[in-house]
Amino acid sequence: MHVRIPTPLRSYTDQRSTVEGTGATIAELLADLDRRFPGIRFRMVDEQGRLRQHMKVFVNDESVRDLSRAVAAADEITIMQALSGGSR
Amino acid sequence: MADELMLFAGTRKGAWFLSADKDRRTWSVSEPMFLGHVIHHVVLDPRDRQTLLVASRTGHLGPTVFRSQDLGRTWTEATRPPAFTEGDRLERSVRGVFWLSPGHADEVGSWYAGGSPQGLFRSEDAGDTWTPVDGWNDHPMWETWAEWPEEGTPDGSMLHSVIVDPRDPSHLYIGLSGGGVFESVDGGTDWKPLNHGSVATFLPDPEPEFGHDPHCIRLHPLQPDRLYQQNHCGIYRMERPDGRWVRIGDNMPRDVGDIGFPIELHPRDPDTAWVFPMDGTDVWPRTSPEGKPAVYVTRDAGESWTRHDAGLPELAWFTVKRQAMTVDAFDPVGVYFGTTSGEVWASDDEGASWQAVAQHLPEIYSVECGQPG
Repeated sequence: MHVRIPTPLRSYTDQRSTVEGTGATIAELLADLDRRFPGIRFRMVDEQGRLRQHMKVFVNDESVRDLSRAVAAADEITIMQALSGGSR
Repeated sequence: MADELMLFAGTRKGAWFLSADKDRRTWSVSEPMFLGHVIHHVVLDPRDRQTLLVASRTGHLGPTVFRSQDLGRTWTEATRPPAFTEGDRLERSVRGVFWLSPGHADEVGSWYAGGSPQGLFRSEDAGDTWTPVDGWNDHPMWETWAEWPEEGTPDGSMLHSVIVDPRDPSHLYIGLSGGGVFESVDGGTDWKPLNHGSVATFLPDPEPEFGHDPHCIRLHPLQPDRLYQQNHCGIYRMERPDGRWVRIGDNMPRDVGDIGFPIELHPRDPDTAWVFPMDGTDVWPRTSPEGKPAVYVTRDAGESWTRHDAGLPELAWFTVKRQAMTVDAFDPVGVYFGTTSGEVWASDDEGASWQAVAQHLPEIYSVECGQPG
């Protein structure tokens, strides 16, 4: 499936904005990405398997935080940074 | 001794390196590294004078450690960054790596990292892979000592000042903000509070066993039984094996007080230390008292203090954070500090006079000194 990568994570994907990934769930997809782009998963998901607070994953147009959510090959996955204020 | 001297500045928005030759009068400032990343600490390994570790995160991305063997020309990320154990019973996760300390000189490649929340992590391969120090992170008292779930300062809690006794790699000290000073004599398997004599005026019992807020702890490498501490509630010194902190900040001028973040020691004289006092009155602005920046130095282990402000602004409203002051190993000793207003100030005469050697950087979190080999 297509996975869109935000600019802060493109240092892991050789600056590619879209990569291909496989997996039956978001968790499996992120594990697949981490095998090919080592380190990318931990920047998005903490050591307890939780999507980090300010990261977002969309399955098509649906925002998903449950990483056990099933995905299919035809789904388009978008990883994004949340908009979380501008005071810093 | 190598001729080149470098300062490594970690900021809210990246890292900058400053370089000088041994006259220390002319400094050059690097291009930004990790621009936009939150850089809490940049430390050159004093053992090989080549390995450089950076504690990094961004506003969105998780915490990690980057490593360089060529003074920042190329970087590689830690294969396994500092993290709590997967399936941790408290479901803890590292929000940020706050502090980096090289391990004992005899344990080449060993490092410690302190986190937010207050986890302790160790690497034995020069920062590539990190493992939790279970004796600390899973100590039966951890939740109490670390005030879990976090209820501390608005910026969150942090573990800092990881100190390894140069005589014994299994003898460790750490600082918790908040929580206090803790000591292990068995390589981190067990820990005990070490706060007797220091006060915590923000608690109902002003002299509790733990719960204090040490801002920065230093051990003198040539006199390892001597510890200094800049605490939220004053400046202290301790002589081991006695375990009592003595408030040497009582000898500071009353109108300046003895509140601050950093404390730095002379590399060859255990009686000499520098501090950067800040305003701890009212709502704690943490700027210099009356807006008049100054370094204070003691030459007699805290019995007396001398003000140094030559070259510093007559009026300024910045803060110097706990990792943002350092010293070099030259003679006379160079003293350096970075400000929340993005300036790096340098003194090549042990603090007597100052010049700004970098300006207009982002908010500076840390300044460390190193002499690349």
